Amino acid sequence: MIEIESVEKVFNQGKANEVKALEKTDIIIKDSEFLVVVGANGSGKSTLLNAISGSILPSKGAIFINGENVTSLPEYKRSRWIARVFQNPLSGTAPDLSILDNFRLASLRTAYKGLSIGINNSFKKKVQDKIAVLGMGLENKINQPMGTLSGGQRQALTLLMSIMDDLKILLLDEPTAALDPRSVDLVMKTADHLIKQYNLTALLVTHNLKDALQYGNRIIMMAEGKVIKDMAEADKTGLKISEMYDWFV
Amino acid sequence: MDFYLTALLQGLCLSVIAIGIYISMKIFNIPDITTDGSYTLGGVVTGIMLSHQLPISLIISLVILAGAGAGTLTGLIHTKLKINPLLSGILVMTALYSINLTLLGRSNLPLLNLKNLFTSIVLFTDPNQNTLWIVLLFIILIAFVIGYVLQTDFGIAMRATGNSETMIRSLGVNTDRMKIIGLAISNSLVALSGFLMSQFQGFVDINMGIGIVIVGLGSVIIGETLINWLKITSVWLTIILVILGSIIFQLVLAFTLSMGIDANLLKLVTAAFVLIIVSLPRISLSKAS
Ligand SMILES: Nc1ncnc2c1ncn2[C@@H]1O[C@H](COP(=O)(O)OP(=O)(O)OP(=O)(O)O)[C@@H](O)[C@H]1O
Ligand SMILES: [Mg+2]
Repeated sequence: MIEIESVEKVFNQGKANEVKALEKTDIIIKDSEFLVVVGANGSGKSTLLNAISGSILPSKGAIFINGENVTSLPEYKRSRWIARVFQNPLSGTAPDLSILDNFRLASLRTAYKGLSIGINNSFKKKVQDKIAVLGMGLENKINQPMGTLSGGQRQALTLLMSIMDDLKILLLDEPTAALDPRSVDLVMKTADHLIKQYNLTALLVTHNLKDALQYGNRIIMMAEGKVIKDMAEADKTGLKISEMYDWFV
Repeated sequence: MDFYLTALLQGLCLSVIAIGIYISMKIFNIPDITTDGSYTLGGVVTGIMLSHQLPISLIISLVILAGAGAGTLTGLIHTKLKINPLLSGILVMTALYSINLTLLGRSNLPLLNLKNLFTSIVLFTDPNQNTLWIVLLFIILIAFVIGYVLQTDFGIAMRATGNSETMIRSLGVNTDRMKIIGLAISNSLVALSGFLMSQFQGFVDINMGIGIVIVGLGSVIIGETLINWLKITSVWLTIILVILGSIIFQLVLAFTLSMGIDANLLKLVTAAFVLIIVSLPRISLSKAS
């Protein structure tokens, strides 16, 4: 469970370019909830996700994960629960490292990265089996640098990397914004499948209203740093795309 | 000693810097300028301790510690005070100049008649051959240790730090700590290179480190060009090619000087050579596109 209590975020406080990215916000996201976040550019969606992941610290308020106060916990410590997929496929993987090395690091997300060699044959096999699920033939290319893959392939692998280690919360910030329609479909289906299979609590930021309708069991809409709409599963199921368009005008 | 043998030995001694620069480039994406100061520091510590006839093993340990200290300082300035890595390195390098001068007490210290690494271990009666083998064994040992470390889980995390900081932080790595440790390792290697070189050339000079970062960078770039060209992904081969890069670099310099170029122009030739190898891939790329 993620509890966001009266969280505010102001960038460049007191300066001429001060921005209130998040107004006093309260949200409770229950276990295995798949929350879709929509809203115009600059409405504070990424700021909300970044506050949960710890890559930014709130100006005011508190954040709890599974009852633990994590408000001032740095990002690398919150990785105990949280994995992320970023808008930019380059951010979620290390391009110069091999696919295998990337997966090795991901398998140690919650663990200490020590002075022993962890890549052995059984680890390779485990990675190959995981990757084979995508049906892209990447399981035969695990020694290739990550940078040689397409954006869609990298996003799909980033998703699989997240479940290499114990995971509770998955944060997806426009994971398909840079992809072609076929890759979008593959990445979204993979994400949805993993969220269900591993009972993850997930947040998905998207500008694609079709995806916003198709996936998730709760939806919120943000505008100017505030949550202005919040629909549980029952209402979300009946939602039509035309209604959602009206939210934006 | 034969001109090219000297160049080969220099290349081997300086290859330790190249490995150090390779590491600092992996975590920073830019070469660490502290190198100029920590190389001299390694030489200075060696010189002083040799003249006090202290055991080689103790000298090696202290040289490693001194280099690690310099790197840690740069790392702390960059991560804790949020100073740009280039500037952090320049600051420490500048401060080290005074420290080196104070430690040495003068600008040049000859070491010629002192017992050193190459005279205290005798594998061959021919001194040149002896030196070559000791340097080779030393480099193999270092390559082995660093090659191993880079393949461990810690080493993968270190290689990823400069490559994708966002990713590595979201995977639970304290990137500040990683940068400090990486710079400490990198600069202890650089100091070890100063240790080797000062004994090989038989003196310590306060200016011996000027521009040495460029030599290390040039070697790494030659190495990486070969790595990309041969599509190498193995860590062992990468380290070997970086060492080879350093040897090629010194051989080319030696060849240039043998054509009668004034030794005073050595740094100019070095800079021009690095400029050429840095720009060559770009020029051929822009022609292709
Ligand atoms: N690091 C930062 N420094 C200053 N201002 C920032 C920073 N990050 C975000 N902002 C500002 O905060 C506001 C909210 O930004 P945020 O990135 O959360 O929007 P968003 O809803 O994710 O938009 P988009 O749909 O374009 O991704 C914007 O006005 C943005 O300019
Ligand atoms: Mg955003």
